[in-house]
Amino acid sequence: MKMNVDDKLKILADAAKYDVSCASSGSNRKNKDKGLGNSSSMGICHSYSEDGRCISLLKLLLTNYCIYDCAYCVSRSSNDIQRAAFTVKEVVDLTINFYRRNYIEGLFLSSGIFKNADYTNERLIRVAKTLREEHNFHGYIHLKIIPGCSPEVMEEAGLYADRLSVNLEIPSEPSLQKIAPEKNHSSVYKPMNFLTDRIKLYNDEKKRFRSTPRFAPGGQSTQVVVGASPENDFDILKLADNLYNQQRLRRVYYSGYIPVSDDNRLPALKTPPLIRENRLYQADWLLRFYGFQVDEIVNHQYQHLDLKIDPKLAYALRNMHLFPVNVNLADKEMLLRIPGVGVKSVNMIIQARRYGRLNFEHLRKMGIAMNRAQYFIDVPGRPIARVVEDPFKIKSAVLSKDKNSQLTLF
Amino acid sequence: MIFIYDDTYEGFLSVIFEVYDIKTRPDEIHKKSHFQAGLFGETLEVNTDVERASRVINGLKKKLSARAINNLYRCWLSEIPQIEMVIFRYVAYALKSDKNIESNYAHPDVLEVKKVVKMIGREVHRMHAFVRFQKTKDEVYVATITPDFDVMALLPKHFKDRYQDQQWLIYDTKREYGIFYDLEKVSEIVLENAEWQGRNKVQRAVLDEGEDEYENLWKSYFKATTIVERTNIKLHLKHVPHRYWKYLPEKN
Ligand code: SF4
Repeated sequence: MKMNVDDKLKILADAAKYDVSCASSGSNRKNKDKGLGNSSSMGICHSYSEDGRCISLLKLLLTNYCIYDCAYCVSRSSNDIQRAAFTVKEVVDLTINFYRRNYIEGLFLSSGIFKNADYTNERLIRVAKTLREEHNFHGYIHLKIIPGCSPEVMEEAGLYADRLSVNLEIPSEPSLQKIAPEKNHSSVYKPMNFLTDRIKLYNDEKKRFRSTPRFAPGGQSTQVVVGASPENDFDILKLADNLYNQQRLRRVYYSGYIPVSDDNRLPALKTPPLIRENRLYQADWLLRFYGFQVDEIVNHQYQHLDLKIDPKLAYALRNMHLFPVNVNLADKEMLLRIPGVGVKSVNMIIQARRYGRLNFEHLRKMGIAMNRAQYFIDVPGRPIARVVEDPFKIKSAVLSKDKNSQLTLF
Repeated sequence: MIFIYDDTYEGFLSVIFEVYDIKTRPDEIHKKSHFQAGLFGETLEVNTDVERASRVINGLKKKLSARAINNLYRCWLSEIPQIEMVIFRYVAYALKSDKNIESNYAHPDVLEVKKVVKMIGREVHRMHAFVRFQKTKDEVYVATITPDFDVMALLPKHFKDRYQDQQWLIYDTKREYGIFYDLEKVSEIVLENAEWQGRNKVQRAVLDEGEDEYENLWKSYFKATTIVERTNIKLHLKHVPHRYWKYLPEKN
């Protein structure tokens, strides 16, 4: 049976949706010579799926045929599903036409493994190369690197893609080998480390020679699946912290495991661990933008993130001796630790207090979330009734007000 | 005193000049088209004077950063009732202060300007995100919009950077003007006898034959990429407010 593009799209977008990375930011590829597209470093979400996730890229698998049998994956070889494969031309045509209509920022292309890693990656690269060279396309391209890929192939991928990613998927080696018998961590780390070095080299040389050929200017990212194996939040965040500090990854994505099979290698989950996933993203923000050390968030004593409250509030409640923070005097680092106060608010506070002393009312008007912040700040005009120092009382007060706004970032 | 101006930003700046010139504090400042001859107060219609307008800007340059000055313009584009008075008070505050006041967020007008600028920024961002072009038979990619604020003036660069090799038109069907890129430059245009389908959409008859196909493919994609187990309509609606749906093929 010959499939048309619409049939393929339904199958191969459906299978690609479990990869949660969506960002189209962090690259800067300027349109030139009257070409098509421009990647601003902001990134734009053009729509949102009904599960509330940003749609900014056309996310596809080139094929869902796969020789491997990873238990957590819909495309695994033992799964009895309909298979399909796009031609290079079909993907190029979809990308260009969606881009011209302003539906998307670019393409995110992944694939099941046809024959081996290199063979598969070469096909992905062909799509990117055609877009760049034949269509003068400057939109965003994210290519998935298949574990086990050789340096030569990655070298070529980096020339055409804005971002590359090798997925870790399962956070520990023993779990990975149990769930994905053909994979191991070294087949992931080898290409990841190669890319880390290669991207660093590019960044260094770019500073000296403006003409340095681009190499994955949007850096690399990875994804870990949460809840398919027994690792706790401490394990996962320690891993992420390492990836940020040592491998210089731009983003680590956390994908709450969605039961796609009743394979007995996997836990029997009814629903994906969405709240846990959200807490991990919040903790990840604290690492990247708030100057937190990983063991301030999770450590040997507190190995799990509190599912009821956000990690910054949890941190504050465990460290009541550091609060209340004097908003008019504290340094930036401490301001960033006040629950309910975001990076933008901190910047506003720092700028505004140069003109004079701020009071409670000023902060409220600036839009600070007082339902949390009020317990942790020392500022003129703070209503006496709000001076509560018992962490248990604070927690229950916040929770009772919070019922409706559970899944938000701070 | 109620000051009236001709709806242009230069006109508004001319009012500010006039206020200082005749040393009379305004009680209100209004666009001519919005002003309904009221029962109360004396009115003064100020003529637009480009020279005077640029003297106001030059005066502000001594007190404010270029960014802050541009933010006042963005604020003005909001068309929020009485926004002129907020901007006027901001300007007066800036002019009388010895030091730069633009980040004194404890000051109500400085804070208000910041908030409105943020709203404008969000609206511009939503236009970048939710403009959907449709290809017409004569090879122009057309999109209609009705932004909450009059942000058209802030759109050309983004779309020009992005779409250099296709002709495009973005048209505000509420304010009845648009911007057109002819492969060389972007210009503001007003369509004569514009006929829309259902008041604000391009008529299907003028669309290219391939248009249906790509809209349908996009709908298929949108559906296939949703993870049913994660459905969260509340979050979805927060990101894609209802009033934008009419422009999105995936929501039709
Ligand atoms: S190799 Fe990739 S596509 Fe193949 S089964 Fe494993 S995760 Fe799925």
